Amino acid sequence: MSRDVIAVKDVGKEYQTPRGSVRALEAIDLTVAEGEFVAIVGPSGCGKSTLLKILAGLLATTRGEVRLRGVPVTGPRRDIGVVFQSPVLFPWRTVLDNVLLPVDVQRLRRAESVSRALELLALVGLAGFERRYPWELSGGMQQRVAITRALIHNPALLLMDEPFGALDALTRESMNVELQRIWLERRETVLFITHSISEAVFLADRVFVMTARPGRILEEVAVEIPRPRALEVMAAPEFGSIVNRIRSHFTARMGS
Amino acid sequence: MKRQALRALVLIVSLLVWEAAVRMLHVPAFILPPPSQVLLALQRGATGNVYFHDLWITLVETLLGFTLGSALAFVLGTLLAASRTAEYFLYPYIVMFQSMPKVALAPLIVVWFGLGLTSKVVSAALVAFFPLLVNTVVGLRSAEEERVDLMRSLAATERQIFWMLRLPSALPFIMAGLEVAMVFALVGAIVAEFIGAEAGLGMLIQSRNFTMDVAGEFAVLFLLAFMGLALNWILVSIRRRVLFWNVSEKAAPSAMVGS
Repeated sequence: MSRDVIAVKDVGKEYQTPRGSVRALEAIDLTVAEGEFVAIVGPSGCGKSTLLKILAGLLATTRGEVRLRGVPVTGPRRDIGVVFQSPVLFPWRTVLDNVLLPVDVQRLRRAESVSRALELLALVGLAGFERRYPWELSGGMQQRVAITRALIHNPALLLMDEPFGALDALTRESMNVELQRIWLERRETVLFITHSISEAVFLADRVFVMTARPGRILEEVAVEIPRPRALEVMAAPEFGSIVNRIRSHFTARMGS
Repeated sequence: MKRQALRALVLIVSLLVWEAAVRMLHVPAFILPPPSQVLLALQRGATGNVYFHDLWITLVETLLGFTLGSALAFVLGTLLAASRTAEYFLYPYIVMFQSMPKVALAPLIVVWFGLGLTSKVVSAALVAFFPLLVNTVVGLRSAEEERVDLMRSLAATERQIFWMLRLPSALPFIMAGLEVAMVFALVGAIVAEFIGAEAGLGMLIQSRNFTMDVAGEFAVLFLLAFMGLALNWILVSIRRRVLFWNVSEKAAPSAMVGS
């Protein structure tokens, strides 16, 4: 399994609170292979964001370990790109300068990165916007800038934490189509966290189903629908049956 | 354009109402002089070149005090925001010092630093210090948690997070603090001039008060008001340039302290 970009092994996380310890994550096992698009789906509060912070090196585990290309993750890594729920752009920087933030932080050569940034901006459909400021753009456009920023330093892994959660339903669907197009072109290794089952099934090669308290993985579902997938695929019976299978995990728990 | 004309009209009308009220109610000029007399006093002083030197002295005192006070406040504020230890040991003294009316120190400052420029600059700096100190601390801590997480996820050092994120995030607070500090510096300079000075608009007010030249006193008050207005205008134009990006964010925060 040396092709795994990221390997999560038996990871657990406990928080100490005044009322005792809370188990946020329990025995999480998952891997993402080179060029694979993997989604984690689960309800709010199931520890998805805790897991993402651990993967990004922002939080330490209380058990188990995370390896990126075989190397244990112990702190923030320069070869991971993160897209958060909100775009998290700096309003005093232009679109181009926002995209180049990782370049500035990691003291890479700006001159080389500028042409790369412009190419990436064109790829996400923002050609000609590089001199604008974030507050001049719509929410969907801002999130495209955030995706471009996460890709600028050629990360080994792209982590996405409900990146379209703050967008309206229509924009969200078109962003899903866009993301698939970008991914088909560049074949990044992606770990995508969401609470939308249809979004996960639409985008991913494999979907991990997570439940809350403690957060753990119940099932891994392979999505073998050919790409590129159009939005109409959501009406297809195979799509529906996968969605239902995932949903049954949550409805069953609600009943109990 | 129309709004500006209206603004000028409001000023003229209020001056006319003042003039009419003083004349009709027969208010003696040593209580409240009519604006016409104040204007005459202003003109007399301007042609006799009385004001220029004092105006210059007060302006220099204010600007030097403002610069000194703000620089110290910014450095100390950064230290307090960066280090919980520094905050733990220094904050009680700062709060104690802050709750003391700084103008009450003016007599002492004049004793220590003499009747010249130095005592006025120290007094102005002392009064200007606090609004910026508090705003610097609050501003540097105002960076959104998500933005800090983003910087951390890029493996940014604390120094990079400071320069690229915390300082720009603090700028709206710092600019608001500077605006208050400028007005306060003027207050600090004038109060010290009241206590004892060789020149300056505050000294001029004192001496005119002794000779019951109330119209002349008002003339100096007008000059002070215009000076404060001009200094504030300079800072507001700087803020508009520096904080062009703040249009989208919440309205500029105002300073967190009074004097």
